[in-house]
Amino acid sequence: MNLTDQLDSCSCVLLRLGERRFALAANQVAELAAPSRIFRFSHKTPEIDGVILRRGRVVPVCDIAEKLVGKKLSHRRFYLIATRRHPQGLDWIALPVSGECELIQTDLTPASPSDSPHVFAWLSYQGEVIEVLNLYALTPGADPHFTTVPPASLPEVHA
Amino acid sequence: MRLATPHKASPVRAEQIILFRASSQVFAISSTSVQEVRSVDSLAGAAVEVNEAALPKVRHALRRGDRYLFVINAPLHFGLRPTPAALIFLLRKSRIALLVDGIEKMTTMTRLQALPGAFCHEERAWYRGLTVLDQNVIPVVNPSGFLTSEELSLLDAVTSRQSLPEVTGAARPELTL
Repeated sequence: MNLTDQLDSCSCVLLRLGERRFALAANQVAELAAPSRIFRFSHKTPEIDGVILRRGRVVPVCDIAEKLVGKKLSHRRFYLIATRRHPQGLDWIALPVSGECELIQTDLTPASPSDSPHVFAWLSYQGEVIEVLNLYALTPGADPHFTTVPPASLPEVHA
Repeated sequence: MRLATPHKASPVRAEQIILFRASSQVFAISSTSVQEVRSVDSLAGAAVEVNEAALPKVRHALRRGDRYLFVINAPLHFGLRPTPAALIFLLRKSRIALLVDGIEKMTTMTRLQALPGAFCHEERAWYRGLTVLDQNVIPVVNPSGFLTSEELSLLDAVTSRQSLPEVTGAARPELTL
C-alpha cells in the first residue's frame, strides 16, 4: 500500500514554519521533541545542519524552511522527528519547526503533475489549503520517487 | 534444588580509538589503523613537495623503503580551515600519512553508528560512522577514504618524476602503535 492508496482519509501532522503551515503524513512522524544540543562535524551535505542525539540514536537535522519559505528558521521551537522508509529500513530525520504541531484526520487531494516535487498532496483545514509534504523530495539522501509508507497508524506526538 | 544457570552477558566489543584534532574539530580513528605517530619536526627535510593542483590536500610525499607515502592535510581533506599541524599519523598498511593538529586522547568506543542516510556526499567515504563519547558525537574516520585509487595513481605519476630521500628510523616516533 502506498500513500496514493490512502488519500481518501489520512492522519496528518500540521507543522508551522514561520508564518506558514504545512502537513506531513502522520505515519512518517515519530515524535515531537524539544530542541536539544546540536552536534556539528565536517561534511558536504549543505541541507544538514548537524545531528542531535535522541533516544541513543544520532538523528540528522534538516531545516526544510529554506526550501519552503525561502529562509532558515530563526527560532526553532521543536524538532519534528520524521521517518523515511527505504528498501533497507527506516531512517530518522529531525525537522526544526517554529510552533506547536497538531494531529488531524482529513481528506487529501492528490498533487497534480504541475505541482512542485515536494508537494505530495493537498489538504483543506480551517479555511486554509495546506501542502502535504513529500519528505523524500525535500530531504537529502532519499529517493524522491520513493513514497511507500507503512500502514497508517497514529503516532505518539508529544513535546 | 538447582541453581539457575547464571546469565552470561554478551561481551561488548570495544575498539581502541585515538581522538585527534584537525582545525579545532575532533575526529576519531581506530588505533589499529595508525602505525606510528611522529612529530612533524622529525620529518623535516625528509618530505618532498608535491605540486598537483587537483589535490591541494596533498602537498608532500615521503619515501619509506620502496614505497611512497602521501601526506594528507587533515583539515583540507575535511574541508576545514588549514591550521599548523604538530603531528603526523603514519597509517598501517596504507600509503597515507595524516597531518593533524594534535591528539586529544586515546579511548575506547563500544558502539559505532552508521552515518545517517541523509549525509549523501563525500562524507560517506570520509567516515566509517559516528560514535558517542561523553555525550558528544564524534565522526570515526575511514582510513581508506583519504585518497581514491585514481588519486593515488595521479600522485604516483607525479612522484615518479621526483627523487625523494628515504625516511629513516633515525628520528624516533612519538608513538608506535
